Amino acid sequence: MATRAARKAKKAAKQPVSHRTWALGYLAVAAVMFAVYQYALPWEGLPLPIYDFLQLWLPPSSVNEALVYVICALGLNIVVGYAGLLDLGYVAFWAIGGYSAGWFMSNFFEQWKFHGLSSVATTEPGLHINFWLVLVIGGAVCAFFGVVIGAPTLRLKSDYLALVTLGFGEIIPQIFFNGENINGFNLSNGTKGITRLDPIPTGVKDLGPFDFGSKFVVFVLLAAIMVFISLQLRRGRLGRAWLAIREDELAASMMGVPLMRTKLASYAVGAVAGGIGGVAFATHVDGVYAERFNFSISIFLLAMVVLGGMGNVWGVILGAFILAWVNSTGLPALGDTFNSQFGTEVDFPSFTFLLFGLVLILMILFKREGLIPESRLRLVLHEGDADEELKPAHEEEK
Amino acid sequence: MTQAAAVEKVAVRQYKGTPGQIRRRRIELTAGLVLGALVMVWIVANLINSPTQFAQVFILGFRNGLLYALIALGYTLVYGIIELINFAHGDLFMLGTLFSSYFITVWFGQETSNLAGWLTFFAALIAAMAFCGGLNILIERFAYRRLRRAPKIAPLITAVGVSFILQFIGIKWNGSTPRNWPKVLPQSEFTVLGVHIAWNTVILLLVAAPLLLLLSWVVTKTRQGKAMRATAQDQDAARLMGIDVNRTISFTFAIGGALAGAAGLLYQQTTGTTNYNLGFQLGLIAFTSAVLGGIGNLNGAVLGAVLIGIIQGLNDGLPIGLGQKWSQTVVFTILILIMVFKPAGLLGKSTTEKV
Repeated sequence: MATRAARKAKKAAKQPVSHRTWALGYLAVAAVMFAVYQYALPWEGLPLPIYDFLQLWLPPSSVNEALVYVICALGLNIVVGYAGLLDLGYVAFWAIGGYSAGWFMSNFFEQWKFHGLSSVATTEPGLHINFWLVLVIGGAVCAFFGVVIGAPTLRLKSDYLALVTLGFGEIIPQIFFNGENINGFNLSNGTKGITRLDPIPTGVKDLGPFDFGSKFVVFVLLAAIMVFISLQLRRGRLGRAWLAIREDELAASMMGVPLMRTKLASYAVGAVAGGIGGVAFATHVDGVYAERFNFSISIFLLAMVVLGGMGNVWGVILGAFILAWVNSTGLPALGDTFNSQFGTEVDFPSFTFLLFGLVLILMILFKREGLIPESRLRLVLHEGDADEELKPAHEEEK
Repeated sequence: MTQAAAVEKVAVRQYKGTPGQIRRRRIELTAGLVLGALVMVWIVANLINSPTQFAQVFILGFRNGLLYALIALGYTLVYGIIELINFAHGDLFMLGTLFSSYFITVWFGQETSNLAGWLTFFAALIAAMAFCGGLNILIERFAYRRLRRAPKIAPLITAVGVSFILQFIGIKWNGSTPRNWPKVLPQSEFTVLGVHIAWNTVILLLVAAPLLLLLSWVVTKTRQGKAMRATAQDQDAARLMGIDVNRTISFTFAIGGALAGAAGLLYQQTTGTTNYNLGFQLGLIAFTSAVLGGIGNLNGAVLGAVLIGIIQGLNDGLPIGLGQKWSQTVVFTILILIMVFKPAGLLGKSTTEKV
């Protein structure tokens, strides 16, 4: 009996991951949201209260922005949730992705002229490459930087790694911030940023900055690709190696997991997601601005991963949606409503720091595994707790 | 002595690690020498180019280095005892600057340098140290203590969260833009060989140096210091020896916080400005200093901080240099280079990872 059960388990483990269930649910939710934003919102017959409610509490731009955060949070989840490495400089990849879009999809480099499958008029100066190709370029550039920064530092202890990434996350945006004149070369246009990006070509029509509904489809598709990659990698050889390293690095290396290569892979995959998110964000806001890539973004993304549940794809998506919405729409809208109701002047958006700080602390203290926990991680994260209970009672009193 | 033992002795002396380790050491040495040589060339070029200005920015950098040392010690003390990078420490320093500003200017109404101003300054020094020390004890008690045995990523994330909450307090207290304050320290300066030295630099040195000596005395000579070193070495063994580990860790946080408070007052009085994100910038610089000197090593933190202060001062102020807008980049590049080539720092012992 036991052998048969074991064989059955083995067979189940060998079977390819079934993506049908989640794909259907995902598609259904995306279709409903698309219908609401593309058809219901512009519809004349929509009752005014519902229209106002949607515009105040769930405007289309905030949903799209949340999707960008979802893409990046899923990438960070691979580094933090799967491989257990703390990355505090994720914003660097976001910035590199953003500037890839800025460089290759605008008139910014006026001195050069190159058109790669782009839909803009061929008379335009600058580099114009198709959005879908830029996604690949941005991802590749980020993967390259991920390996460059990861290779020398991943040997270090985990807390040192957090700092090196933090330093990296400070240097890259500062380079873009000061990059107006590097030996006479204008790399990033400094604080003015790069504006007016090319529309996204889809074959049917070109999506400009205000095509929220159609761009929603593009972002949903990108997020779906990230979900697919996350789930597929998680079940595969690489994913199991990541989990092994997360749970016990020493044991994993004894079992023959190549530590450096595996960690580097997680770093590179995470970086690719950051790059894709950066390109998507640049098209979402139709520009790249150096001062937007600050340390808070790294921490926002970390808070999303921690809130939703490290290592769990659905948890991370939920966390990213909740916090991105709160940050972009929830707090300002709540503030407006509250202030007009009670005649006060409370500045709600200034509470974001408090909110994100509390999310990080309270989740780690009381629900370390997140809103939607990953079963294996719960065991690991509460490893030390049993020891605590064994301590003599008078220790706890103090 | 038998022949076998002699052979063994020779063999032991000749073993210098695996080929990989030898190659690594060689790369580290070469990289270190090349970098050192480049820095020397840069410094000498500037020294010949403009000696007075060099001395001027050197002194300014040294002053900032002392401030960084006071902050860096807080990082290194806490890391030494519980192996936690206390991300919130820089923000504690920021609250120290705000507390000092309010104490001197708003609560006691001192705006000029006179006797009352001096008295308030010293009262503010004690008050700011008590404020930040107490706050740090509370942070340890409520945020970090429960996580002492949790996986390492958990307290790190919590520290980032605490840092955000302190920044929030900073925004609410200070406002989101930098604020200027009157200074009660004398604003005059004196000239030695054509080099202008501000009096507040001297005062900063006179306040910071005794604090550093006091700390060194507490850690090496007192009973409490002995308990700290024991706890840092092995918590469980220390507990078995009858040391109250929780109290010792609280004490360590209190000292670190008090030094941050003193640094806060000195910073506020020498520059006259406060800003809510000051803690993030200076905290990272101070942390880099602690790492440069060898984290966990008190002398190393001071040495590293002074070095970083001087390098930053030279870079910011000298005619041949990258200038102030690349200041952060220079410091973080140093951080990354040390992490990569010499994680143990200048004075730290290289330790193998405990199993």
